[in-house]
Amino acid sequence: MADPLLEVSDLSVRFDTDDGLVHAVDKMSFSLAPGEVLGIVGESGCGKSVTCMSLTRLLPETATVTGSAVFGGRDLLTLAPRSLRRVRGREISYVFQEPMTSLNPVFTVGHQIDEVLRRHLDLSRRAARARALELLRLVRIPAPERRLDEYPHQLSGGMRQRVMIAIALACDPKVLIADEPTTALDVTIQAGILDLMRDIRDRLGTAIVLITHNLGVVADVADRVVVMYAGRKAEEAPVDDLFAHPQHPYTIGLLGAIPRPYEGEDTRRRLQEIPGRVPSLRELPNACAFADRCPRADELTRSEIPQLREVRPKHWVACFHPGS
Amino acid sequence: MTDAPALEVVDLVKQFPSKRGQVVHAVDGVSFTVGRAEMLGLVGESGSGKSTVANCVLRLIEPTAGTIKLNGADITHLSRRAMRPLRRDLHMVFQDPYSSLNPRMTCGDIVGEPVRLHGIARGRALDARVDTMFDAVGLRGELRFRYPHELSGGQRQRVGLARALILEPSVLVADEPVSALDVSVQAAILNLLRDLQRDMGFSCLFITHDLATVEFLCDRVAVMYLGEIVETAPRAELFKRPQHPYTQALLSAALVPDPAVQRTRRHVLLEGDPPSPLDPPSGCRFHTRCPLHAESAPQSDEENPALREFAPGHLVACHLVARDRPAPRLVENAADMVSQA
Repeated sequence: MADPLLEVSDLSVRFDTDDGLVHAVDKMSFSLAPGEVLGIVGESGCGKSVTCMSLTRLLPETATVTGSAVFGGRDLLTLAPRSLRRVRGREISYVFQEPMTSLNPVFTVGHQIDEVLRRHLDLSRRAARARALELLRLVRIPAPERRLDEYPHQLSGGMRQRVMIAIALACDPKVLIADEPTTALDVTIQAGILDLMRDIRDRLGTAIVLITHNLGVVADVADRVVVMYAGRKAEEAPVDDLFAHPQHPYTIGLLGAIPRPYEGEDTRRRLQEIPGRVPSLRELPNACAFADRCPRADELTRSEIPQLREVRPKHWVACFHPGS
Repeated sequence: MTDAPALEVVDLVKQFPSKRGQVVHAVDGVSFTVGRAEMLGLVGESGSGKSTVANCVLRLIEPTAGTIKLNGADITHLSRRAMRPLRRDLHMVFQDPYSSLNPRMTCGDIVGEPVRLHGIARGRALDARVDTMFDAVGLRGELRFRYPHELSGGQRQRVGLARALILEPSVLVADEPVSALDVSVQAAILNLLRDLQRDMGFSCLFITHDLATVEFLCDRVAVMYLGEIVETAPRAELFKRPQHPYTQALLSAALVPDPAVQRTRRHVLLEGDPPSPLDPPSGCRFHTRCPLHAESAPQSDEENPALREFAPGHLVACHLVARDRPAPRLVENAADMVSQA
């Protein structure tokens, strides 16, 4: 693999709340290669969004972030605010779940794209407008000239998300972080947005971190997958290997829990349930976080934190009893 | 009377007034039946009118036109008072387990409330009934004394189910009951819903945007687009031989959680956005986005196709489809292609 573009090591995020410390992310490490689509999967509260927000220090001040995130030879977590501002939105940009709340309702679409271009690239008004038009074409918005002068409320959900992607791509970023980009969209619209993401990667070579709870989305676009549970990485593997040979009982549980279309009478089989619930992030146990819900748990699981081990080529799992 | 379907909806229309005298055509001439102990999946994307249908069926909003029959009895125009005793037979589970439970009541009181309101039991008898219901939906008995905020999302949805089923209604309307839940919790609720339906034998109108859930749970499926039903068929038939181009597109866009399979599939890309229900297109409502428009025009621009029988129990509203004349395939049959994998 080429040198990683982004190398995150031992990233931990704690929030100081009225009810005490919350350990949202615990010693996460991952790397991202140029032009790669990395899927980060997990259920609500597993820390997938917090992980990505912490990379460019978008979290509120109640968050304590430790570890490192090396990007282009610099650690983003200790970078001076001035330098960081040149990275945010320019070299690393974001697309969030809800396009309506991410766009400013009182400015036109064109204005919001121009803003990024003029701020980061110092383009003239005219050049910015030309580039904005080009960007709307890139994300395949029909009648882009007209759309530039429209307001977000005049666009459908799918179109708004395309505008968000256009803004994120404005400065040709090296990394695009997409946090549940299709969750608020309909299936037929989702398919179009996922096509677009693939296309962006292929044509522009942008590396993409795709955060999602939907294993179907991961299967569709990701090259490599990280499965998170309770703030920790449970498993990491190339996408085919993960689905064909899942190792962590949590991953296996997740895969068994989704109804699959087109399996004929087989779809009528019971779905696999994962008993119990996610542990509180207040006191992360000094044990496997999944132990209480795991059919394979034993003494060892309950007394030690499992470390990541490579059990198949490039397939890492944090479990004392891995296996599919 | 006993042969009547549990729920029968005929030519349901619901319009909402909008600004400047405009009208939102949310539901426009929808008809379907839900047989005894049958689960009908009503599928559609946002804005297709599926939730409006549910709200009309429950008389939570007043339909503009059409007839709704519950166990053969017309309930379309019953007054609220006359409707009240019939509500024993018709209950609903909502999408959001947070906002659909009263935060100031204990979960036991929430589940027992229908029994109390209908004056069916009180005191110890009521407690016993609530206990039994808690057990049936897999909640520990001590949770009766807890408040909704103390429960997880999955537990709350179980409380919602218990409340809807405690009077043993003949019809349950479920509007996206698992969409707000995490994957692993969804699985538990879907299993539970299937078990309860098997044990209690209620009929269910299950509203969702998720085709995989429908295939898992339902006996029959109706697909909605812009206020109309465009196709309805038994479950296996719909997934094996989808006809309406919209159904085909919808099925092809559903993601299969398997990268090897997903790579072999192609999906139909629909041009443009769904038109506004303020001003639905003339003729076939799907013609503005239909990949087969060239073949169905000009008829489809002018005339709205009625639902016609394509095969027994399989109705399709498309000019290109008639009895034993299937629609052209938009992609190689997504379903067939996948089942070989």
